[in-house]
Amino acid sequence: MKLPAPRELLIPAVILAFGLLAPVLAPSYRGQMAFLWVMIVFALTWDLLGGQMGYNSFGNILFFGVGMYACVVVQRDLHLGYYAALFLGMGVGALLAVTVGALIGSGLLGLRGHYFAIGTLGIGIAAGELASGWDFVGGGGGMVPPLFPGAVGGRETFFYYLSFALAVVTFPVLRFLYAGRFGLAINAIRDDEDKAEAMGLRTTRYKTTAWCVSAFFLGLMGGVVGNLVGFIDPREVAFAGSTFGVWMVLMAILGGKGTLWGPVLGAAIFHVTKELFWTYLLGWQRVALGLLIVVIVVFFPRGILGWARERWPERFGQRVDEPASEAGR
Amino acid sequence: MTPILEVQHVRKSFGGVVANDDVSLAVPAGKIYGLIGPNGSGKTTLFNSIVGQHPVDGGSIRFAGREITTLRVPQIARLGLLRTFQQTRIYRGMTCLQNMLISVPPAGLGWRSVYLRPSAAEERKAEDLLQFVGLHAKRHLPGGDLSFGQQKLLEFAMALMSQPKMLLLDEPTAGINPTLINGLLERLRQANRDFGITLLVIEHNMRVIMQLAEYIYCLAHGELLAEGKPEEVQKDQRVLDAYLGAT
Repeated sequence: MKLPAPRELLIPAVILAFGLLAPVLAPSYRGQMAFLWVMIVFALTWDLLGGQMGYNSFGNILFFGVGMYACVVVQRDLHLGYYAALFLGMGVGALLAVTVGALIGSGLLGLRGHYFAIGTLGIGIAAGELASGWDFVGGGGGMVPPLFPGAVGGRETFFYYLSFALAVVTFPVLRFLYAGRFGLAINAIRDDEDKAEAMGLRTTRYKTTAWCVSAFFLGLMGGVVGNLVGFIDPREVAFAGSTFGVWMVLMAILGGKGTLWGPVLGAAIFHVTKELFWTYLLGWQRVALGLLIVVIVVFFPRGILGWARERWPERFGQRVDEPASEAGR
Repeated sequence: MTPILEVQHVRKSFGGVVANDDVSLAVPAGKIYGLIGPNGSGKTTLFNSIVGQHPVDGGSIRFAGREITTLRVPQIARLGLLRTFQQTRIYRGMTCLQNMLISVPPAGLGWRSVYLRPSAAEERKAEDLLQFVGLHAKRHLPGGDLSFGQQKLLEFAMALMSQPKMLLLDEPTAGINPTLINGLLERLRQANRDFGITLLVIEHNMRVIMQLAEYIYCLAHGELLAEGKPEEVQKDQRVLDAYLGAT
């Protein structure tokens, strides 16, 4: 594989340095900053389907919740050491999320356009209702993950770095997928699925794979967030369709659907703005957030990077070659 | 000569409308055949039936010695039978080059190879074919930015990239600038001659199809009305009546 040019490594290097140093520089904001990485993973995994493949899913939160519950159940029931149980739980959660994705994906991904969006919305809501009625996972009262064994405040630092690590792994994996034929295939499905089928592409296989990749990272992240928050409520934390579930869509749209960096940018802007609202507009924070959402949809329908691509297409490699190169024809 | 495509007694109706009624035709390997008929005579329906877009009500379709009547679109495409669309279809948000690169023969996209980058050989071939249809200078533009005629050319180049055994072309010259039509015809012949691709072409432009095809089938009201060499079909009174509206 070809390594990126040094110029392209500058931004990732700055982000890495920021991520590593942030808890040291601003320890009181570890929780909020951990959620910055969570949001970035949300936006990235949503964009894999919604942006790159054109399947607007409102049900990705399902995988997040499944991963979270699976992780905490493993931590509760297997009586292993804290870290062994945590990492095993995250793995089990990711596998379960992928399994669920593969099972319902084969049916749901046959739906197109609005029907798919509504179908996934239903599944996300149904999952929350199921979890709140199932006593094995605490029912409506939710679950509490085991206590962190380390020093006071160590929990935040540990889960900050865990969510940071997850974001740092998710991004290059998606970048790799988008750079290969797989990326072209899901883009083709986005642009014209009938044409892709007529050209013999195995659309169902690619769609399911994309959904499973998304489910994998969301499942892992579910375990992290369950422990970071310290309390699992079925509707407010695990299957929080009206907050996390909607935000992941908005963040990807804000940054630019179907671009590699768009979701990262969108998540960062959205999260910081949201935290500022919560700090300075307390009482009105949800109104302000609602207005922000309206502004995003009305003024940035293509997102920041989508707008930039329209404004400066050459910078994104869309250009007509000089006639000179055609001289040999 | 053994036909590469054999359609026998195919019937297809939508509700009470019989779009294809007992249509039979055969296209020998390596030839260019034409399919004509007035609007609404069932040409595109027949194409859709052949490539598996919808199930047929009766009859059988064989391609390259294989029964394909009940296969679905992607399976048939992977056997090497491709179609282009009357309302041109390309991937609008992807650049011309990307359009080409994802049109590699789909049988080669296995479980593992799909995660790799397109090879240098594929990129060279994509560029050569874009050159072949005269779109090389625009290879880094999104497909949706091209004019309609250029999109048709791109769709044709994508079909060639996929190395099919046979191509079904639905009105390849519709909407193309008349001065470009001769160039396109030459490329169709070249594809047939140099790449050995069998062509079945739906065409409304009589001058075009009479020049291009060696043998022509004519549909009217969903039934096969006439068939023969271009000069025979041209003189056939039933064909003239069907086009001019005599009863």
